[in-house]
Amino acid sequence: MTPSRTAFAAILAKDLRSELRTLQSLPAMALFAVTTFVVFRFGLDRTSLSGSLASGVLWATLLFAAVLGINRLFVSEREEGGFDAIRLAPIDRTVLFAAKAAALVIYLAALELVTVPIFAIFFLEDAAGLGPLVAVLLLADLGLAATGTLISSMAVNSRARDLLVPLVLLPLSIPLMIAATGATEPLLSLGGPSYDRFGTWLMVLGLYDLIFGLVGYAVFDFLLED
Amino acid sequence: MYGKGLKPLSIAAVAMLALSLSLVFFYAPLDGDQGFIQKIFYVHVPLAITALVGFVAGGVFAILHLRSNDRKWDAYSYVAIHISVIFGVAVLITGAIWAKASWGHWWVWDEPTLVSFLIVFLLYATYYPFRYAIEDRDRQARYASVFAVTAGAFVPLNFMAVRMAESLVHPRTFATAEGGMPGEMMLTFLCSLVAMGLLWTTLVKFELTAKSASGQVKRLRRALDAPVAGGSSRIAPEVS
Repeated sequence: MTPSRTAFAAILAKDLRSELRTLQSLPAMALFAVTTFVVFRFGLDRTSLSGSLASGVLWATLLFAAVLGINRLFVSEREEGGFDAIRLAPIDRTVLFAAKAAALVIYLAALELVTVPIFAIFFLEDAAGLGPLVAVLLLADLGLAATGTLISSMAVNSRARDLLVPLVLLPLSIPLMIAATGATEPLLSLGGPSYDRFGTWLMVLGLYDLIFGLVGYAVFDFLLED
Repeated sequence: MYGKGLKPLSIAAVAMLALSLSLVFFYAPLDGDQGFIQKIFYVHVPLAITALVGFVAGGVFAILHLRSNDRKWDAYSYVAIHISVIFGVAVLITGAIWAKASWGHWWVWDEPTLVSFLIVFLLYATYYPFRYAIEDRDRQARYASVFAVTAGAFVPLNFMAVRMAESLVHPRTFATAEGGMPGEMMLTFLCSLVAMGLLWTTLVKFELTAKSASGQVKRLRRALDAPVAGGSSRIAPEVS
């Protein structure tokens, strides 16, 4: 293995192990998502959802739950001196970006593994659309991980950490949400899933992932200088 | 040194604005469909184009700042985004007026360009709290540049996504909006665009000159051990 890959694996393993031991982000995210579903049930006064309402409720909830995890992504790095250790280590700094983004993708996938079935049980009459939804979820997770890691690493070094992430990340994720809800809406429509413009939306999601992955990779170096 | 050329630039901007406004009111034909209200087009669209170009210019200055580590470029990036945000407020207001007059509503969600602009504006509006939250000056400049680069890449992607979300319901091509314009309208439009671009450049230069002058005054006062009057902005970069 190259040094970068070793460092990547080490940071990612460290993150996952610390999350498994402390469980400080994931249970909170899942609990928040499920509670939000209940809020939507009464806010919309609907017991079953389909089409655009279903995809809107699902993605708004996932986005806000993701913000909770993104907020905490770099907290241990800052409080326990992880940033200094990375700066001292003879490795490429962008490895930290890649490892943190990978950890975030895993968190988001775990979150969705729990909350999407609950969403289906709560609101959907027909779960046939959930299969192809996996592709949408994965591509959206990659994009959220790229922008989320970038914003989180900046916010954690500011005075208003908890404020900055939602403030900056929400407008930044709107194109992602447009594409994700666009792809999800026909999948969850009444009378079985349809694939209206499914491929086009997946391509927009992929483009978003690519652009912000590259931007994050290019600028992350400047965030660790001191 | 920033003041150099400010006077001729201001005069050119004012003259061009006067010329374009007189073209708008006395030369351009009345729109057959919308009548007099269509004339807001010559203010609204050039403002929007200038603001978007200004946002992207802020991103380019930010790249220069990151590459050269010269604080001057951070000031350029900040001022470019600052003036563009002010232009953005004007774009949203004129857009709402136009929408009310021609469609009967203050806000229309199925007009993709307007919606994209709102999203871009909302993102850039967070530039101020973002800068404000970072105390260390060097770090503030670096992070602000990273923000400007990211947001600059966001602008075209966002326009594409919003347009696609609407494209099937409301087919709207650029050809009917621009290509179908008669020559007099096109000329007036181009004049207004140049005038807005000059106005933007003048305002940016003016702001940089003012910042540089107040920075010099502060340094002179410090050298004389005189009390430095007035608190400085916590988010605006200092210009030498």
